[in-house]
Amino acid sequence: MWEYSDKVLEHFYNPRNMGDIDDADGIGEVGSISCGDMLKLYIKVDENKIITDAKFKTFGCGSAIAAASALTEMIKGKPLEEAEKITNKHIAEYLDGLPREKMHCSVMGREALEAAIADYKGEKIEHVDEDEGKLVCKCFGIMEGKIRSVALENNLRTVEDITNYTKAGGACGTCIPEIEDILTDLWKDESKKKSAEPQPVKEDRQLTNLQKINLIQETVEKEIRPQLIKDGGDIELIDIEGNLVKVAFRDQCAGCMSAQVTLKNFIEKKLKEFVSSDITVEEVVPD
Amino acid sequence: MASDDKQIIYVDNNATTRIAPEVRDAMLPYFDEKYGNPSSMYTFGGKIAHDIKNAKEQTANLLGATPNEIVFTSCGTESDNAAIRGVAESYPDKKHIITTKVEHPAVLNVAKYLERRGYEVTYLDVDSKGNLDPDELLKSIRKDTVLASIMWANNETGNIHPVESLGRIIKEHDIVYHVDAVQAAGKVPINLKDSPIDLLSISGHKIHAPKGVGALYIKRGTRIRPFLIGGHQEHGRRGGTENVPYIVGIGKACELAANNIENENTVVRKMRDYLEKRILDDVPGASLNGNAENRLPNTTNISFEFVEGEAILLMLDREGICASSGSACTSGSLEPSHVLRAMGVPFTRAHGSTRFSLSRYNTMEEMDRIVEVLKPAIIKLREMSPSS
Repeated sequence: MWEYSDKVLEHFYNPRNMGDIDDADGIGEVGSISCGDMLKLYIKVDENKIITDAKFKTFGCGSAIAAASALTEMIKGKPLEEAEKITNKHIAEYLDGLPREKMHCSVMGREALEAAIADYKGEKIEHVDEDEGKLVCKCFGIMEGKIRSVALENNLRTVEDITNYTKAGGACGTCIPEIEDILTDLWKDESKKKSAEPQPVKEDRQLTNLQKINLIQETVEKEIRPQLIKDGGDIELIDIEGNLVKVAFRDQCAGCMSAQVTLKNFIEKKLKEFVSSDITVEEVVPD
Repeated sequence: MASDDKQIIYVDNNATTRIAPEVRDAMLPYFDEKYGNPSSMYTFGGKIAHDIKNAKEQTANLLGATPNEIVFTSCGTESDNAAIRGVAESYPDKKHIITTKVEHPAVLNVAKYLERRGYEVTYLDVDSKGNLDPDELLKSIRKDTVLASIMWANNETGNIHPVESLGRIIKEHDIVYHVDAVQAAGKVPINLKDSPIDLLSISGHKIHAPKGVGALYIKRGTRIRPFLIGGHQEHGRRGGTENVPYIVGIGKACELAANNIENENTVVRKMRDYLEKRILDDVPGASLNGNAENRLPNTTNISFEFVEGEAILLMLDREGICASSGSACTSGSLEPSHVLRAMGVPFTRAHGSTRFSLSRYNTMEEMDRIVEVLKPAIIKLREMSPSS
C-alpha cells in the first residue's frame, strides 16, 4: 500500500474543480488510458491574463486524481505568468509530498498545465522551446527531451528516479541502457547540474519536518561533505531535532583544532543558507 | 488507513486468509509447554515428532497423497523454488523448461533466473479466457526438456487449468511435472494418487493457516536435490529443525480445508456468483475477466472501463472493503497485470480490473454492502474520467 499523505487522500476523496469547461480558453490533454493515466485540464483566462477558472478530468490512481485537483486549486485566480512557473515539485509540495514512485503524477499535472497554456496562446501543444530528441521509451512514448528536462529540474541521477518521475523504462525495460546513457551525458559536465543543486534560500519557507530533514541531508551530502573531504576531513550526520542538527567529525576533522570554527563558520552557515536561518549545528562527541 | 474504525469486509482471500480459530488453538500449545525438539530421543521430544507426522497425514489427506510424500517449507514460494531448481539441478544435462505466461512470480521469476543461467524456457500462451492450448504444450516438448511447471488455478482470475490431462501429455515424455496448487488447494478436489503430477506446491496462509508455512508434495521416486542442506529432517531434503507450531497449523488447516471443499463449491460459490451478477448487472462498464465456466468457486475478476484500479481500491478501502487490482498503480510496476496482458485484455480494461476473492467467513450481507459501496464509487470515478 502506498503511503499517501492525508492531503493526497483528502483531495482524492473530495476532488476540487472536477469536470469540464464548455467554453475553455485553453485545454491541455496529456497521457492516455492505455498508459494508465490521463489528465485533461481546462482553463478560463480573462483579459488581464488571469486564470479565472480551472477544471479537470482524470483517469488514474489516487495520486493522479489528487495532483489534478491540487493543480486546479493552485492556478485558479493566478496570473498566467505566475502559473507558468509552477513545477511538478510545487504540486507535490502542495500535497505534502507524493510517494517517490508516484512523482510522475505531479509531472503529468505540470505537463497538462503547460499544454493548456500553450493551447490558450495558440501555440502547438508540443514543447516549442525544447529539443525533444528521439523517442526513448516506446512503451510510454517518452522523448529524450522530457527525460533531460525532468532530470535537470528534479536533480534525478538514477534510472529508477527517471522511471518514478516520467514512467520511462517502467514497462519492458529495453530502454534502460539508453536512459543510463542520457543520465551519464547529462551529468558528466557538473557545471550543468548547478541549477539543480539545492538552492540557497531567499526567504524562509514553510518546510514540513520531512522536507527539512531531506533538505538537510541533501545539503550535507552535496554542499558540505565534498568540501571537507577535499581537505581530508569528513562529517557524519547523526541526528536532527527540530532545528538542531547534530553531526560527528570524521577523519582529519576528528580532533582537528579548528573543527569548531568549521562547525559554525562553514557547516552551520551552509545549512542556514540552504535550509533555514533557524538551523543551529552541534557536535556529537563519541563516548 | 481510513478504514481503521470500520467493520472490515475481507474479500482478498487469494492474497491471504484469516487464521481459522481451530488452527490457532491447535498451534498455541507449541508456543508454550510443547517446545521439545522432534529429533530428541526422550518422550518429550518424540511426542512432537508424532505431532509432525500427524500434520503430514492431514496434509496428505487433503492432497490424496501419502505422508512420506509431504515436505514442509516456509511458504508457497519456497515450495516452487525448491521444486523447480531442485529438479533442474538433478538433471544437469537437460536445459529446457516449459511453463506458462500466467504463472505466479514464484515460478515465473525462477524460470527467468534459470534462463540467465543457460536454460531455455518456453512460456505457453493463453487465449482470451485464460485457457492453455494442449497442442502448444505438445509442440513445445523437446528431448532436453527437464521440467514442466503449470499452475492448477490462477491467482488473479481463478481460472482452472486441466492439470491432469496436460500432465498426461507431459508424462508421455521423460519430463518431471510440477504444479503450483497454492490457489487450488482447499477450493477444488485434489487427488494425487495415480495422477501424473510429480511435485505440487501449497501454501498455508491461503487456507487459513498463518503466513510462514507451506508444503511441497514430492511423488515417491522423484529425483530432487535437497533444498536446505543440514540435518536428517524431512529425510534430508530440508535440513533444519522443523517449524513445529506452524507445521501443526498447516496440518490443521488442511484438515479443515478437506472438510470445507463442498461448502466452498456450494455456499461460497453461491455468494461469489451473487456478487458477480449484481456487479455486472448494476455497475456501469463492468465486464468479467477469465473463463466463467471453469474457475475457482471463490474468485471473480471484473474490469471497470475508464476507471483505474487503485482509485477503486481506495474508494473501497474507505468503507473497510479489502479487495485487489491488476492495475499498474497497485502492482508496483507501471504495467498492468501480466496475467491480463497474456490474455490480451485491452490496457483500458486491465487498468480497471478488480479482484474479489471470498472465503467461508464471508456473508451474503457483505456482498450487498460491497455493491452498495462499489456502484457510486465507479459512477463517481467514471464521471471524473476524460473518456467516459
